Parts: sequence; structure tokens; C-alpha cells
Amino acid sequence: MNRFAATNNSLLTSEQLRSLESESIHIIREVVAEFERPMLLFSGGKDSIVMLHLASKALQPSKLSFPIVHIDTGHNFPEVIEYRDEVVSKLGIDLVIGSVSKALESGRVQASNLPGASRNQLQTPVLLDTISDGKFDAVFGGARRDEERARAKERVYSFRDEFGQWDPKNQRPELWNLYNGFINVGQHIRVFPLSNWTELDIWQYIMDQQIEIPSIYFAHQREVFESEGLLMAYSDFLKPQKGEKIFTEKIRFRTVGDMTITAGVKSEAETLEQVIEEIAATRVSERGGSRADDRTSEAAMEDRKREGYF
Amino acid sequence: MGDMLRIATAGSVDDGKSTLIGRLLYDSKAIYEDVLDSAEQHSRRQSTEYFNLALLTDGLRSEREQGITIDVAYRYFSTPKRKFILADTPGHVQYTRNMVTGASTADIALIIVDARNGVVEQSRRHALIGALLGIKHFVFCINKMDLVDFREDIFRPIQDDLHALLIELRIKSHHFIPISAIDGDNVVYSSKRMSWYVDDPLVRHLEKVQFNDEITDMPFRMPVQYVIRPLSNELHDYRGYAGTIESGQISVGQQIAVMPSGANTIITDIERPNGAVSSASESDAVTIRIAGDLDISRGDMFSSPNEKPTIDNHFEATVCWMSEKTSLKAGSMFRIKHTTHTARALIVGVDFKIDVNDLSGQHVGDELVINEIGQLSIKTTKPLIFDRYDDNCATGSFILIDESTNETVGAGMIGRPDFFPI
Repeated sequence: MNRFAATNNSLLTSEQLRSLESESIHIIREVVAEFERPMLLFSGGKDSIVMLHLASKALQPSKLSFPIVHIDTGHNFPEVIEYRDEVVSKLGIDLVIGSVSKALESGRVQASNLPGASRNQLQTPVLLDTISDGKFDAVFGGARRDEERARAKERVYSFRDEFGQWDPKNQRPELWNLYNGFINVGQHIRVFPLSNWTELDIWQYIMDQQIEIPSIYFAHQREVFESEGLLMAYSDFLKPQKGEKIFTEKIRFRTVGDMTITAGVKSEAETLEQVIEEIAATRVSERGGSRADDRTSEAAMEDRKREGYF
Repeated sequence: MGDMLRIATAGSVDDGKSTLIGRLLYDSKAIYEDVLDSAEQHSRRQSTEYFNLALLTDGLRSEREQGITIDVAYRYFSTPKRKFILADTPGHVQYTRNMVTGASTADIALIIVDARNGVVEQSRRHALIGALLGIKHFVFCINKMDLVDFREDIFRPIQDDLHALLIELRIKSHHFIPISAIDGDNVVYSSKRMSWYVDDPLVRHLEKVQFNDEITDMPFRMPVQYVIRPLSNELHDYRGYAGTIESGQISVGQQIAVMPSGANTIITDIERPNGAVSSASESDAVTIRIAGDLDISRGDMFSSPNEKPTIDNHFEATVCWMSEKTSLKAGSMFRIKHTTHTARALIVGVDFKIDVNDLSGQHVGDELVINEIGQLSIKTTKPLIFDRYDDNCATGSFILIDESTNETVGAGMIGRPDFFPI
């Protein structure tokens, strides 16, 4: 089959952005009105930043009435943690940290001894513990349906049982804008207000609203090494294997996860306009090009989601 | 909806719906290379002779293994003219509820018919569901034309059958396209093998289709979602009513009615996400402030003072039953969610069931099982503030929730569609 020179990602009009914005705000307000203890998962990545921005708008002039939660692998980009802490103090909101490092120390989770093993898998039990410790009944997540094919099957309100499991074959039908948030004690709903946004929509909205984002989203010089075709940032958490050389490259990050699984892409895009231009023309998907965690198998995301992952 | 178009797709098993969607995404260049690579590798593992376009959309492991679509999935693609959100719904009989789900938010129904089989029960059911849910425009793709030698004399009788069905359903806006999803004929590009078809291929048609945007002319409706009260020193007396405008338009200074009390008041402020505005319209998320002290809470509704909604705790509705585990019986009780309001609902009686084959009503029994559609009489613990679904989808729709399992078991539309019998 022929390959196309570029994908055909058209830019949205501001009317379309307003329509996406209204839909997300409607969802956020439903949750705040119907649930007792909502929380918002915040990674410091662009999607959770946009989600937090929308949540603030949904309730303004009131302050955000629920905490944001960071599931922290301990392997963070320092720029992202700095950003997170600034946002928390600026908005005057509560931050709850679910720490993978602490879970390792206490023996709650076991680290893999395999070289290069990341803490990605360990986030799931820590997330589920954080949800049950905080008695959270609604968990806002920034996942989008265009990201990945298991995610394309997600509801806006996604029911999770007492074990945090997602059962894709047995989801509640979701009709009109009538969301069913009824659950029993111990269960929760994952809520995805950005379900209908695409990667490019998110970027255009960031530009439209002039939202600040962590600096690693823009092209910068960084020490990297190439591992299985991905450009990984050199850090204390991830060192090259035998034969992999460290070099300096001008890169930016297209997604933000922890340092051990997030790969950079070569880029010259130093401004929002340039980033949008680059994404509109790219031929590689967001997760395919930059996430080591989705490469393990064809159904990597589906398997993790079933167990309770983001 | 502006230039964003929501499409619900439907087809029977093996009609090639996933292949068509794969083709749509592929030819409209909405597929990234690594996603293609992964689908191609899977095709090779299954040792299919041709590259399987359906694999571009089937998301779950069991779907790829069995080659079927299990659950509704959402796809996004855009052309320079429009952004499309496509609900990809499975064709299996037991999953028809997913079609209802996809159709509930759709502007357009895209129904696939196998040219070799013509109009089957599932096609009738899909058209009926689309009509019930008030979809404005229907596109029928007669697929697998390659397997009937691209013959016009195969296509035309199917078109005639569908046309007869659409007349029964009172659907005026429709289009029929002969396609071959597997080869791409009339999907994004015009077919060179069906010169007898002179209209636009599918994507061009979807780009061009227009509806009468009557919704802003409809009476103003805004269910109150949430009352914003900051209770801070600076904003001590602030009280804002947050919600989404479901129909009509409003401006500052305008008189509105607060339902259920029916009291009139004046809009003093309208706030949108990006600040104060002087007017707002359908589908905008807003916060409204009003003159005077009125007791207003979630579940109440702002309305135009001249054309008010109905307030009643007893009404007639068409319900599609969606639970495999239980049936709906006269006398059973459910939770009902309608606009931003929740109550308990009692099924007083099942007036009749609709036969999807001949659209006749049948007075058989007091029970609905999965995929059945019936006309019911319902009573609620508290009065609902509603319009007929025909008049206003947002204030005329509701869901039924099982009180013991919390599952969504029914989709309801208040009133009776004009194409229903009796």
C-alpha cells in the first residue's frame, strides 16, 4: 500500500474549540455536582494541564473544590515538578502525591530487576491505593480517545469496580449528555472530560488560552541516547545500555511521562506556533513516537487499563 | 454544531463497516504510520491475503482475534472543511444498544448495507433507531459493490427498498451511495467502475451536507447544573447558576422563567469560560446571574417565559431496553436521570412494542427484553420539567438506571414519534 506524505490534520476554528470547551466544562460540572469526593489526576503533561485549566473555568469564580493527585514514580523531569508546584501555589489548591518510591520502600510493590525496567507498571497499585485511601469516588483523567485504540472504546464516565478494573466488554451505555454516576461504596468512576479532543485540538487550545506549559515541550539541547529507535533523555534514572552512546541533540517531548519511558523527538519547534505546525505535519502518532510503555505489546494499553491504569 | 459533524455508523455483521471506517481514515490520511505498521504486521500474522483495513479500528484484543467489533469506539478525522467525530458501533444483534448510544449524539446516521443481501432486519432496525433518536440526515452506503460486478440493477432495488422504509419513518433528508470499502470506490475518491453513479463520494457528501439549524430558534432551555457560591469575602453575595444552554439564545436584560416555580426574572450577567458576554446560545456552557432572590437548585430549569416546558410526574415515552440480564416489566421501579435531575420512576404499563420489521405496534405482554423498543407509561416520584423529544432532544430524553446494579438499562424519549402506529 502506498504511504502518504503527511497526515491531513486540519486546524480547528475557534468556534470548534469553544464547542469542545463547553462540552468538557459540562462534564466537569456534572461531576462536581453529583460526586462527594472528586479528584483530578495531574501529571504535569499538557492534557492534565488543559483539564485543570477547564476545571478552574467550570467553577469560577469559586476556587477548585477538589484536590489534584500526582502519581509520582520518582523519576520525574525536574522541569515538570517545578511546573506542578508553581501551579499548585498559584491556584491555591491541594496536591496529593501517590509515591511509587514510598510504595517500594514499604514493600507494597516490588521493583523489577530487569535492566531498563521502568516504574510504569508500579503506578497502577499506587494509583488504586491513593484512590481508596482518599475515598475518592470520581477521578478525572486527561486521556483522549484519539490517543490509542483501547482508549477509543472508553466512555466519558468509565465505571471501575472495587478492584479498579475496567471491563471493556461490559461498559454502561452512554447516551446524550446524561452521565450515569451511580456507584456502590469502594467503586469509582474515571471521568474523561477530554474524550473528544485530539492532540492537535489540545495544542490549539493551549495557544488560544495562552496556557503556560513545562519547558520540555519546546525544542532544547539535551543529552540523549538512542534505545530501540527512541531518543531517551540521559539521567540518573536511565543510563544507556552497552553500545548506546550519549550525545547532545535538539529535541522536544511530545508527551510527558516519567523520564524512563518518555522519549524525545528531534525538533526545532521553540514556540507554540512551531509546535502546532510540526504536529499538523507529523506522520507518527503521539504515543507511537515517544512512549516506550506502549511498545511492549499490541494490547499494552488495554492490558494496563483493565488493571486500573490511567 | 458549526463545522463539527457527529456521525453514527451502523451495519450488520460482516457488512464491512470497520473496513469502510478504516478506508475513510486511511484515504483521508488520518492514520499515522506507526499505527499502519502495527495493523499491517497483524494482517501478516493472521496471514490474510490483503491488508485488513478493519484492523485500523478494532481496538480490543478479542476484537482483533475474532475479527469483529464489540464495543462502540470513537474516531476522529478532519478535512479542511470539517472535523468529524464518528461513533463506530457494532452490528451484532446483541449489541444494538450501542447503536442507540452512538445515535443519541449524532447529526448523521451512516448505515452500511451489503449489496449481496439487500435490506435485512438489522438495516431496518438501524434506520428505525436513527429515526427514533431524531437523527437529521441518513446516508446509506451500499457496500461490496465489487462482489456484484458494480451492477446498477443490483443497487437500484436496494435503494427503492430503503426509500420505502424512509417514507414510513418520515425521514426526508437522505442519500444513497454505492461503494466498495475494500477497494475505496466512492469513499474518498469517486469510483471509475461505477460511471452510472454521478453523485459525490461519501466524504465529499459529508463535507457538504447542511441541516436547517433551527435549534437557536427553539425556545430557550437551560437546566441548572450547579450553583456557584464562592462564599469568600470579596464575593460574599455572588450566586451564579451554571449549566449548558440546550436550546435557544439569551442576552443580558432578557426576561426568563425559572421552572418549576414559573417565576419570572431578569438575566443580569452571562459568564462564558473566557469572561462576561452579552449573549449566548445553544450548546454554550455558561454561568447566569439573575435579579432578585429566588430559591433555585440543580434540576431546576431556566426557560423562555412565553414557551414553557411541561411539568408532570406522569408521561408517555418510547424506551429502548438495553439490559441483557434483566427485562423491563410493568410495575418495576428504576432511577431516572433526566436533564440534571434524578428521581425514581415506576413503569405503569407497556402500551405496545414496536415491530422493527413492519413498524407495526403489537400489544403483547407487559415486558421488554434487550433490543426491544416499546411505548410506555411512566410515573416519577418528583415531577420532571420536560418537552417532547420530537420538540427538544435535550429536555425530552432520559436514561433508566437499575437500582440494584446501577447499570444504565434503558434509553427513553418522552412522547410518541409521529411515525408510530395507533
